[in-house]
Amino acid sequence: MDIFSASNVVKKYDKHTALDGVSINVKQNSIFGLLGPNGAGKTSLIRIINQITGPDSGELFFNGEKLQQKHIERIGYLPEERGLYKKMEVGEQALYLARLKGLSRQEAVKRLKFWFEKFEITTWWNKKIEELSKGMQQKVQFIVTVLHEPELLILDEPFSGFDPINANLIKNEILELKKKGTSIIFSTHNMSSVEELCDDIALINQSKKILEGSVKDIRKEYRTNTYKVEFTGNFIAFTNAIWTGCELIEKHSEGNSNIATIKLLYDATPNQFLQAIMPHVMVNGLQEIIPSMNDIFIAKVSNQKLSIDSNFTE
Amino acid sequence: MNKILLIIQREYLTRVKKKSFIIMTIIGPILMVGLVFAQFWIKMIPEEKQKILVVDESQLFVNKLENSANQTFTYSKNNLAFEKKAFYSTDNNVILYIPANIIDSQKIQIFYKKQPGLDMQDYINAIVGKKLEEMKLLASGVNVNQLASIKTKLNLTTTKIEKSGNLETKDNEVSMALGFIAGILIYIFIFLYGAQVMRGVIEEKTSRIVEVIISSVRPFELMMGKIVGIAMVGLTQFLLWIILSVVGTSLVGNYFIKDDVNVAQVEQTFKTNIPQNDAFKEMSNDKQAEIMDSFFNQVNLPVMLFSFLFYFLGGYLLYGALFAAVGSAVDNEADTQQFMLPLTIPLILSFTLAQNVMTNPESSLAFWLSVFPLTSPIIMMVRIPFGVPYFDLILSMVMLVLGFIGATWISAKIYRTGILMYGKKTSYKELWKWLFYKG
Repeated sequence: MDIFSASNVVKKYDKHTALDGVSINVKQNSIFGLLGPNGAGKTSLIRIINQITGPDSGELFFNGEKLQQKHIERIGYLPEERGLYKKMEVGEQALYLARLKGLSRQEAVKRLKFWFEKFEITTWWNKKIEELSKGMQQKVQFIVTVLHEPELLILDEPFSGFDPINANLIKNEILELKKKGTSIIFSTHNMSSVEELCDDIALINQSKKILEGSVKDIRKEYRTNTYKVEFTGNFIAFTNAIWTGCELIEKHSEGNSNIATIKLLYDATPNQFLQAIMPHVMVNGLQEIIPSMNDIFIAKVSNQKLSIDSNFTE
Repeated sequence: MNKILLIIQREYLTRVKKKSFIIMTIIGPILMVGLVFAQFWIKMIPEEKQKILVVDESQLFVNKLENSANQTFTYSKNNLAFEKKAFYSTDNNVILYIPANIIDSQKIQIFYKKQPGLDMQDYINAIVGKKLEEMKLLASGVNVNQLASIKTKLNLTTTKIEKSGNLETKDNEVSMALGFIAGILIYIFIFLYGAQVMRGVIEEKTSRIVEVIISSVRPFELMMGKIVGIAMVGLTQFLLWIILSVVGTSLVGNYFIKDDVNVAQVEQTFKTNIPQNDAFKEMSNDKQAEIMDSFFNQVNLPVMLFSFLFYFLGGYLLYGALFAAVGSAVDNEADTQQFMLPLTIPLILSFTLAQNVMTNPESSLAFWLSVFPLTSPIIMMVRIPFGVPYFDLILSMVMLVLGFIGATWISAKIYRTGILMYGKKTSYKELWKWLFYKG
């Protein structure tokens, strides 16, 4: 069951097309990475999900229902460009924003107390936002985002502005929310956090979705049959041993052992490779190199650009 | 609906709790009371008497010029050259020189140490001129009795004949002043609180909180909540000002009167504080009573009051929506200049043309200005004391309501797009395009 799905969403501004037939499906109780370079159309899509703007065409569903105004209270949104009223006191402001999301005053106070204690910031209640540091403000903003216990949480670059300790705190909170059943759309440029947190991703580039699927599957799919092999023995013997079905990409020594990165060509298997080198050197280890999301991101996005460039010259 | 109330509540409370609001609320009436009593004080301080030395070569005016409260004439027996030399050894303020051939030349001259004020020049001119006229009349054979009977003080009353045949006499000086003051209040309210709406929108935009809020409420709700909330702040402030001013004035007034000040003088001061004071001064007490009477009888007070509230709020809501649109289109207050112009021009125009409308309330200019929504709140208030046909009034009110709806519709479109546009200078062309973006 999808908590949210969008099909064939188109959004145009003037002459610029922000989204060109984009479809995504966010599974219940999963973390969905919405990826793409700056200006790809992520923010436009997020704003459509939040009903800040509407699409020109396309359909949106929340929990199987057509997305409507009433769903707003079941969605939480942490925008990338975040901010709070600078002159307002922390507690008062958090209450206001929580009540705008439909919480009663009493309920909001109760939950705020819980979160303030959890984050050990109870002393901030009567402080004005402008008296807090940037990181402290971010904490308040995170609490405000999750306070109404949304079923769908949209986090746009949630770690920006946090020091590593607090970033970790937030990361754990996100994982805990997921455990409790929250579904999360997570937009970021930080690919290592994508690998760490996301179940599925969609990659948007130049208003179009160019890649989607589970992080595991995508990384497998983009395997390049590249392996790292560690061995002791003569390097020249090793080089001679690898037959034509294999390409040496890189090699170096670390103490007594040599390390080489090789790419298997054609249908060669790791077994065949091992058989070829085993008579000549002593193999200490063999490990497949799976491409990182970072590599895939760069490859996919720049590829697309290249093809557009070639279109241009025609 | 619940959420818009929350927004109104926040906009209201955060502003009313501000120090600047409290300070302004206290200082406003103090300034008002101070202003009233500053005038009072000035009247109480005896003005320096101006001594005028008359050197009359014609000998026609000796001892014939009437002294006034502030001007006293003394007459010299010496010639002009002597008095000029002696000028600084006397305490005379000016020397009035009347040449021997005054009847033919009709020229008189003033020599002064310090530039004399206009009122003194006018006074001398009038009194010498009057005397000269009398002399000429007497010289041409008119006797003193005839002269007295020729002197005329005309009394003009204006009476309206209604279709029904009823006659209605209007003495609308007081209500005119009231209409004008109402217009000024509306003008101030729109500028003061319209600008607050704009600043509030800019604050939300630059602090980036706007995106969080409009993920909870519709942009339109946020905009209207802000406009209404600030209107209530304004009404609160005005109400407090009026209460504090009245209380303050009466307290200070009591103090003054107890302080054994000439009560008649106090009364006189208050009377002259009412606009049209010259006309008022010359009226007998009967006449004043008559005016107060006619004011309550003939100014349609309920209509006036209702219209004031209507144009006060209607004008503010119309401009408030437009100010919100301006705020949403810019990143900081410095950039508002280019968009403010179309808003300030009709406001200032209606303020300056209010005088014109008062002298010519039936002109077509007055009609159109009092129907056009951007100028009607001020102009119609000025027109009402002169008696406005109900058709005009209703047309104007309907136009204002339509204008408000139209302005809100346009503003909401601009606002919705504008609040999410950061770091880009906006042009009129872009504003125009925003009107056609789909939600």
